Amino acid sequence: MKLHDPLTRYVVRLGDDALIMGHRLSEWMSRAPFLEEDIALSNVALDFVGRARLFYQYAADLMGGEVTENTFAYQRDVRDFTNLLLCELPRGDFAFTLCRQFLYDAYSLPFTQALCKSADSQLAAIAAKAEKESRYHLRRSRDWMLRLGDGTAESHERCQDALDQLWIYTDEMFECDALLDGLIAAGIAVNTEGLRSEWLDTVTETLHAATLVIPEAQGNVTGGREGIHTDDLGFLLAEMQFMQRAYPGLQW
Amino acid sequence: MGDIWELLDSVMDPEIPVISLYELGVLQDIRRDGDAVKLVLTPTYIGCPALGIMEEDARAALTAGGYHQVIVETRLAPAWTTAWLTPEARRKMTAYGVASPQEGGIACPQCGSVNTEVISEFGSTACKSLFRCVACHEPFDVFKAI
Repeated sequence: MKLHDPLTRYVVRLGDDALIMGHRLSEWMSRAPFLEEDIALSNVALDFVGRARLFYQYAADLMGGEVTENTFAYQRDVRDFTNLLLCELPRGDFAFTLCRQFLYDAYSLPFTQALCKSADSQLAAIAAKAEKESRYHLRRSRDWMLRLGDGTAESHERCQDALDQLWIYTDEMFECDALLDGLIAAGIAVNTEGLRSEWLDTVTETLHAATLVIPEAQGNVTGGREGIHTDDLGFLLAEMQFMQRAYPGLQW
Repeated sequence: MGDIWELLDSVMDPEIPVISLYELGVLQDIRRDGDAVKLVLTPTYIGCPALGIMEEDARAALTAGGYHQVIVETRLAPAWTTAWLTPEARRKMTAYGVASPQEGGIACPQCGSVNTEVISEFGSTACKSLFRCVACHEPFDVFKAI
């Protein structure tokens, strides 16, 4: 599925981030360490999947009704997805999932706040709703950083290991490309490069309070925005898309 | 044909079945266009899967009342907020056992004490968090303030 219109590509990109993050979180259902946390992870997953639906519905409208939200989720192949690599990494252990969530939530809050000011009224409306959730998402994932980082020797070590593994994927959040440049000039897209210092402040403050250290920079891995993914995304899609691939158009 | 408002007053939130879509702030507008009835709904929490059910329930209530042409429009802006809950809705929610956000702290729906603490930011549905009353030890749901 090739998309050409810049706004549609941007909206789908935002939907892809949300869907893949939501799906990874949903994998925790019935597997979390205790009941309340199982519910919390499922609820955050629902928030992200709900966010993806609003973006995909808007993209479908922009394409004039030839596709639906489901087309984007279930009928595209791995190279068509343009989500951040950070979102697709396997869920790992509980510390890995929560560290990923914290690093993303610390980005998602200023991102949705900035998107509220988009010249595109529908994107601004979606952002105004997502921003409210991003606040409590960040509050919760920050709390977990403190509990795990400043917890037991094992929780601290697992948390630090997770951060060390995740760090090379964080730069991609702030990357700008030709698509973004054009939409930023039009006042539609968020200039993500401009969010970097606020994100780093949040992360630095929290990791310090959690007795964790900022990993040393060891280069960056990017490519998600161009559809160049890790092996893991293919496996995720194979599971997520199975029913629609096996029974196209199936309805529950 | 029944009165549209009366018909819709019987359509309750599927998760808190004591408050209507209007009291919840989800039902934003009703318009008549010839034989058609147009409803404007706004979603509460993005992750809430109940909006589809609310839409179906509203359609069913109107169809049962003789209105066969129902158009539902979803409106995102302005974003729904818990500030839109009517005082009547808050009272009904509390009586149902779900505390609503308010000034002066979260009050236990069982004993009224504001000496309460959070157990989990997330409760049984996307719209609720889980609290515990320090005074009477009862756990209870709280409608999340957004």
